[in-house]
Amino acid sequence: MTDQQTTDEQATGTAEQKVFEQIATQFPGLAESEFRGQTRVVVSRDELLTLMQALRDEYSFDMLVDVTCVDYLNYRGAEDRFHVVYQLAGTDSGLRLTVCLPLNEPDLNAPSMTALWSGANWMEREVWDMFGIRFEGHPDLRRILLPDAFEAHPLRKDYPLQGRGERHNFEVLRRGEG
Amino acid sequence: MAVAGMPEHFEGLPENVVVSRLDELGSWCRKNSLWPMPFATACCGIELMATGASRHDLARFGAEVFRFSPRQCDLMIVAGRVVMKMLPVLQRIWQQMPEPKWCISMGACASTGGVFDTYSVVQGIDRFVPVDMYVPGCPPRPEQLIQAIIDLQDKIQAEGTLNGREFLSAQQQMTKRALVELPILGQGFSQP
Repeated sequence: MTDQQTTDEQATGTAEQKVFEQIATQFPGLAESEFRGQTRVVVSRDELLTLMQALRDEYSFDMLVDVTCVDYLNYRGAEDRFHVVYQLAGTDSGLRLTVCLPLNEPDLNAPSMTALWSGANWMEREVWDMFGIRFEGHPDLRRILLPDAFEAHPLRKDYPLQGRGERHNFEVLRRGEG
Repeated sequence: MAVAGMPEHFEGLPENVVVSRLDELGSWCRKNSLWPMPFATACCGIELMATGASRHDLARFGAEVFRFSPRQCDLMIVAGRVVMKMLPVLQRIWQQMPEPKWCISMGACASTGGVFDTYSVVQGIDRFVPVDMYVPGCPPRPEQLIQAIIDLQDKIQAEGTLNGREFLSAQQQMTKRALVELPILGQGFSQP
């Protein structure tokens, strides 16, 4: 990595800081942290939709790169069970921002981003499939990877790695029955 | 020409006549014309392709006609890991193949689940479909797969019958021990 690239990264880092300072005037409750030049914002569920709308329309974050989730069960120092993580990018500005939404059982509902970015559709289906987060307002919240009959959400930390017997639960075909 | 053990009424036959049992003749025809169904889901499928290609040349053993319709096949080669969403598909393809049919479980994943000891990977297809030959390896080399096909040919020659009686024997019908001991929880996952 050259010195020029390093200074560029620091420059974008500061640009995202400036964006955050502007947002923080509109949303005073936001918590912010930074790790290796990447800015992370933690937002409450009530403010999420308006924040994302503002980020898209006023701060040129026009691309929702990813919607994913982290299960912080038994994680050292964690306060919340789940964080739904939204990765935003501005294709013109080159800025990147991580937005986190803390959720706790039993109320695992999050507003759907499909109205703002239609690309959120399948990503939210995957989060529902793997973590069991319900997205309110999603047009078609079905499982996307696992079979429809699957009952658990296997990427949760309290789900056993080897499953609960789903992989053994099939009809056995024998010779001479075909 | 008199041969020891030959029935008396065969004596006097010309030398260019071969006497055999019908079952053996049928098995001899079947074993030299296996039509594989490539159920290739992972890296074993690459070795399967290499086995069929020019260097290893599966045509030497009469098994080079890979068909992608199970209705035209009699040998299913499962090459790669099978996940629980794929297993009903595998079972349906097996049921669509006409009798007589055989199955080769190629590689560690198809035979045991391999390193993928997770909730979604079936721990050996032999729990749910009949398997005739297992090929060890991760992935196996083409020579190993060819060896399995040769062994399968020997098995067909040794036990094959015209009406498939060997498939109905008690040994083939036995449930695998591992399957009995494992807990089966939940409902609604089997629609082959």
